[in-house]
Amino acid sequence: MGDIFVLAEHRRGELREITLEMLSKAAEVAQQTGGNLVSVLIGSGIDSFAEQLTGYSDKVLYIDDPLFADFNAEKYQKVLAELLKQYKPDLFMIGQTVQGVDFAPALAVEMKMPYLTDLVDLAFADGKFKLVRQYYQGKVNADFTFKAEPPYMVTIREACFEIAEPSKKGAVEKIDSPLKEDIEYRRFIEYIEAEVGDVDITQSEILVAVGRGIREEKNMEMVLELANTIKADLCGTRAATDAGWLPHDRQVGTSGKAVKPKLYIAIGISGAFQHLAGMKASKTIVAINKDKDAPIFTVADYAIVDDLFKVLPKLTEKLKELVG
Amino acid sequence: MKTFVCIKRVPDTSEAEVKVDATGKDVDSSRFSFDINEADNYAVEEAILIKEAMGGTVQVVCIGPKDADVMIRMALAKGGDSAMRIEDPRINLIDPLKVAKVLAATLKDQECNLVLTGCMANDDGSMAVGVALAEELGVSHAAMVKKVEILDESKIKVHRELEGGLLEVVELALPAVLTIQTGINEPRYAPIRGIRQAQKKELKVLSLDDIGLAEDEVNEASSLIELDKFYIPEVVSTAEVIEGEPEEKGVIMAEKLVKGGLL
Repeated sequence: MGDIFVLAEHRRGELREITLEMLSKAAEVAQQTGGNLVSVLIGSGIDSFAEQLTGYSDKVLYIDDPLFADFNAEKYQKVLAELLKQYKPDLFMIGQTVQGVDFAPALAVEMKMPYLTDLVDLAFADGKFKLVRQYYQGKVNADFTFKAEPPYMVTIREACFEIAEPSKKGAVEKIDSPLKEDIEYRRFIEYIEAEVGDVDITQSEILVAVGRGIREEKNMEMVLELANTIKADLCGTRAATDAGWLPHDRQVGTSGKAVKPKLYIAIGISGAFQHLAGMKASKTIVAINKDKDAPIFTVADYAIVDDLFKVLPKLTEKLKELVG
Repeated sequence: MKTFVCIKRVPDTSEAEVKVDATGKDVDSSRFSFDINEADNYAVEEAILIKEAMGGTVQVVCIGPKDADVMIRMALAKGGDSAMRIEDPRINLIDPLKVAKVLAATLKDQECNLVLTGCMANDDGSMAVGVALAEELGVSHAAMVKKVEILDESKIKVHRELEGGLLEVVELALPAVLTIQTGINEPRYAPIRGIRQAQKKELKVLSLDDIGLAEDEVNEASSLIELDKFYIPEVVSTAEVIEGEPEEKGVIMAEKLVKGGLL
């Protein structure tokens, strides 16, 4: 079998975790295929990442060029298309991240490659890649295979695979960028930092979190009453901040903050994987949700499967009596 | 600005039980309630805001069944000018690259300046159609857009929302496809007058033949991915389930929190 290529993702001097998550999983799959595991690293002056990746790869292909000082989807697409034509790996793995989703679909179209997004699992057996992705926000799984010949391309969901200890000793191979000139039609301008609010929820000891199940803003009152009773800070899902129930700096999840309080009370949150990724490190998790199959219960320590509007007032009332 | 906005009809499964149907390759959607995909709703609003600020038109594009007309008319009621709905049972809808191909064939002769769509569909979560569409059309793109600034007739500046709330500011040449992130604006409700007017606006229904696509470019046989089966994942929960009447559960939980030293 041919090789498995994994695209290393980095931003502003940090190798992002998805890179090692993908490489750790890819190492298992490469054992099944018998191919080599190759990291692809594109950037400018990031030798230390190349070095770190040798512990997870049989080879690191490293393009070190000032053209790639900042991420640019169009430039990535051009370079990766050339690499795919030249090296013809069996499988190319990219993170299903804000970076990955900005070029992988276009690359798949350009290369006319079999392409499947947002995998939560994959393996190689009986001469085929077995691919698993989800539908309906985690409520249904689907098994896929590829048709046609490799190379194949997949994107991998963040925080799905454990990062293994480094166990390889790959070599770094520096290659010239197949792209020689800058492009005109897309230009990186700058980064703007996330807004900072009055409370830093990453430091909170107790968090009361709300999701879509709260339904409307006026119901935030009963949540606030609970939070005040137990001196908790408020936070929420993307849906809750998009709806304006909470400021954006209170959003927990991949596009918001990662929190790890002692106690996290999730109210009306179904538990999309983006949210779980931001809160599952909390020490104790209490979840209140009507749907017994809600993914939030996979990370909860206490599950209350019921109507939050009936549970919450009594919870607050009793807590007032006990700690108020 | 001639703007197109691509929208999808999706079921609300946030609190619904999902079951696999008899084919094993789809879900039983008979009890779902459907509406416009959340991120697409923000894309519609952004398109209308651009029209209000700069003039021009907003045209709505949707691949979907007749039932999608209600949702399409709602987008027209908010300020869309006309709509196209592509309906053809031969399209392999499970493959986002085929969906992108159909949209590209629909838009290729439209001389669009801007195409907006949601960054993610809540049913399949592929996050692939918009960027694939840009490639099919041969125009520039940006994914996960949280702010759009039109600089002039040939250039725009967008803010892409990265992980952790960091923003990346990028300049793009027009025409462009943007995938819109939720929270970029506050989607309006359709005004009553708009709802009446929307009934008179043009809504064309098109087949593959109408958009000049051969069946073997977008059907299941042409797809390079193969769905084997749908199944319900096992929900492994180690949580202690609080039992009792709803009101009792709150009391029991409060006692556990306090006696367990969690508060």
